[in-house]
Amino acid sequence: RRKNYQGKNSGGKKAGEDRSRQRGRKAPTKDQKESENKKKKGKEVENKQKEDRKNSTSASSNSSDEESPSEEELAMLMEQVEQKKKLISTMRNKPWRMVKKLSVLREAQAFVEKFEGALGKGKGKKLYAYKMMMAKKWVKFKRDFDNFKTQCIPWEMKIKEVESHFGSSVASYFIFLRWMYGVNLVLFGLIFGLVIIPEVLMGMPYGSMPRKTVPRAEQATAMDFSVLWDFEGYIKYSALFYGYYNNQRTIGWLKYRLPMAYFMVGVSVFGYSLMVVIRSMARNANESTADGDDDNFIFSWKMFTSWDYLIGNPETADNKFASITTSFKESIVDEQESNKDENIHLRRFLRVLANVLIICCLCGSGYLIYFVVKRSQTFSKMQNVGWYERNEVEIVMSLLGMFCPPLFETIAALENYHPRIGLKWQLGRIFALFLGNLYTFLLALMDDVNEKLAEEDVVKNITHWTLLSHHNSSMGNSSSATPPPLDPADVPRGPCWETTVGIEFVRLTVSDILVTYITILVGDFVRACFVRFVNYCWCWDLEAGFPSYAEFDISGNVLGLVFNQGMIWMGSFYAPGLVGINVLRLLTSMYFQCWAVMSSNVPHERVFKASKSNNFYMGLLLLILFLSLLPVAYTIMSLPPSFDCGPFSGKKRMYEVIQETIELDFPLFVAKIFSYVANPGLIIPAILLMGEEKRKMMGYYTNPMMQDLEDLFTPSTKNESHPKQAEDKKREPPHGNSPVGTQGKAAALDGSPMPGGRGAAFIPPPHVLVTQPLTLGVHAPYPGQYRPRGHPLGPVPGRGRGQPRYPHAPR
Amino acid sequence: MEKAVLEKTHLAPQLVPLDYTHKPDVTLPYELIGSMPELKDNPFRQRIAEVFSEGGDGNMTLDDFLDMFSVLSEMAPRDLKAYYAFKIYDFNNDDYICKSDLEKTVNKLTRNELTPEEVNLVCEKVIYEADVDNDGKLSLEDFQHMIIRAPDFLSTFHIRI
Repeated sequence: RRKNYQGKNSGGKKAGEDRSRQRGRKAPTKDQKESENKKKKGKEVENKQKEDRKNSTSASSNSSDEESPSEEELAMLMEQVEQKKKLISTMRNKPWRMVKKLSVLREAQAFVEKFEGALGKGKGKKLYAYKMMMAKKWVKFKRDFDNFKTQCIPWEMKIKEVESHFGSSVASYFIFLRWMYGVNLVLFGLIFGLVIIPEVLMGMPYGSMPRKTVPRAEQATAMDFSVLWDFEGYIKYSALFYGYYNNQRTIGWLKYRLPMAYFMVGVSVFGYSLMVVIRSMARNANESTADGDDDNFIFSWKMFTSWDYLIGNPETADNKFASITTSFKESIVDEQESNKDENIHLRRFLRVLANVLIICCLCGSGYLIYFVVKRSQTFSKMQNVGWYERNEVEIVMSLLGMFCPPLFETIAALENYHPRIGLKWQLGRIFALFLGNLYTFLLALMDDVNEKLAEEDVVKNITHWTLLSHHNSSMGNSSSATPPPLDPADVPRGPCWETTVGIEFVRLTVSDILVTYITILVGDFVRACFVRFVNYCWCWDLEAGFPSYAEFDISGNVLGLVFNQGMIWMGSFYAPGLVGINVLRLLTSMYFQCWAVMSSNVPHERVFKASKSNNFYMGLLLLILFLSLLPVAYTIMSLPPSFDCGPFSGKKRMYEVIQETIELDFPLFVAKIFSYVANPGLIIPAILLMGEEKRKMMGYYTNPMMQDLEDLFTPSTKNESHPKQAEDKKREPPHGNSPVGTQGKAAALDGSPMPGGRGAAFIPPPHVLVTQPLTLGVHAPYPGQYRPRGHPLGPVPGRGRGQPRYPHAPR
Repeated sequence: MEKAVLEKTHLAPQLVPLDYTHKPDVTLPYELIGSMPELKDNPFRQRIAEVFSEGGDGNMTLDDFLDMFSVLSEMAPRDLKAYYAFKIYDFNNDDYICKSDLEKTVNKLTRNELTPEEVNLVCEKVIYEADVDNDGKLSLEDFQHMIIRAPDFLSTFHIRI
């Protein structure tokens, strides 16, 4: 068989061995071996010569130079030389015998050497050679740079480890987390570099102005931990918050326009986030339409190409086995789902019923929230309010957050969707629920702001009179013209609503962080410890029954991340330091959650791949981005800034800083142009056009989403008598990604041994997977970046109770 | 090739002479092959050794050894690899990959973690996907037809020494 084989054969040394090591023939003779060695050496030398020759054409000019051939001859010659060169480079792949190859090679090289010199014309030769060399160097540089960039991607190994144990759906959460970290890092860089650093370095120092100083009344307690924890005291009067910034038009010797910079950075935070989210969506949409035609051999390829023969390390091998097992399970889930054949009418009816029920729940909770907020407003006017009345809003929000999501999951069992789609519905519903949360928070905040604005007028008068009286009194004592200035700590202060708003957001973020971490610690880790250790002396099997180990709650976590980011976007204009806090949070979250997952969670009973398009996560993020843009835009446009704090103090509206800059800093004609351009007649069409652009880009991604929705209602057309033609098979269209791709990626990275670090004491024994009778709550992952797919909405005999970690009420 | 000889020497210094000019007939037992660092974590190492050994028993001579590494190297062409991959996965050596071969493969890949129903489903799916001539098992042509298109085949069926 080998003799007839015609395939490509590359590699001189090994090819030689192939030829001679044919089956049935015994060991090579001494001569053969020596000739092989010679061939190998010869080939190496020739290869080297070939390379040298390519680099220096000047060395190969020879006698044919003085012939000066004609144009056609030159062209023909060039063609022949190119042919020979090509022959030389593909020599390895030719299935010839070694002897023949060598002779042809020598002949070709001689030809090239003889005539290449004739082609270049003097200087042209050198330039050509130089260009070739630079081109090669450039290619090499690009390749090295790409390798470097890939190595720079953080946490790749961690995520690979999580993926191999828990499947691509759980890993998709971590990939999303990493992406958010990147975005936040950029935002932090923007804010820190352009706003905080200039103010700290070039602005007035602490204590020099009223806005930068702790008021006298508060100074006694300004350093207490409890005060600092509430973000009052010294923290309130620091560069972390809006109120610290001075409204001086230019600061320092650089004449840095700080108020302008503050405003522009605030706007560009939203602009950059918008751009990055949309770009990510468009890219994912393009990728997801790329593969989808190669789903004919999914199982075969999984079986025969998933094991990476390069693995030489037991731990890597363990991970690989786990990942292969998980991958098979995922494909099995998909296969089973696509085989389900049911009564379409019953299914539709049940789905409609489920949606009706859930809408009722949502409306009910919305009304409840509204009612409770109204009550709290009346309570705040009353005198004797008990603890319950004071905290009623938060209690109601927390209860809703705890009980509604599992309720939705239970109702969703009626719908019997493909796991991935069920996940999306679940996420959408919880999202709607938490919009209510957001609504109350913003309402409370707006009430606060309006109060402060009213208060401000009063304080303005007080300040005015205080200063006047101080002047008068000091003038009375001495006859000098300039009175000693009032100590900044004594100047009466305005309420500074912007800083208050900033403080609220920071508090919310910090408490969210704490609650999340504590929930993970208690809900996952302590639970795992309990189940593992107390199991020995408990009446029923803790591992198999209640409470057992937790599954990783992907939906809760992703929603938490998305809402958290919304808070950051809303609050970053008023608290520039908030993004820094978020960066720290995401960083620690990554490590903490990776550890928690590996040590205390078990993989989902029905592992599934998240959907191919990551765009569902991104869509939610986009929605939250718009929602968080609105309040900020409203306050910028229509609320007057405080009179004594912040970079816009003294102006009627915050955006006036732009006008001011244009008038004072730009030449006159620019101001005129802007005044024409700021015509609403021009602005509205411009905005509409931009909207069109965005819609066009969105068009790229809506198609896969539409496909998803279509999947709900088209029955699977697969029937039992399989036609043997691959083309006739109808599988779920755009979600048929090639799992080999994932394996390929896994394979590519498995070459290096994975770091240990698994907290081995707490890995639940694998048999737990088999004995788990219940799926612990439907926690569909967000369609993550690694073509997450499918979801665990399987035949659930009982209700699961995962550990929902939903964004809780503010404060 | 010198490297391969050196490898073999490290494996079993007492067995492998450094001087091959007189062509001694040395056979390494399977235990030594199976404990090589490149192969010891591979679930198919036994099959690999059996396929490349002369008598099908896993004991390899130098030629077999070199054969094995040359096929598994990154220079070897796709068809050659496909041919040998077929032989490796054909556990009962009947020139067909039948359902029992597939079951053994899956169990080796997942270390017996899948339930029998799942294993059954997987094997049936593989036969459904790849069996072109409808005989319920995979012949070499079926296998090659399927594996040639696999994007990962070349990169995974590869050992570096």
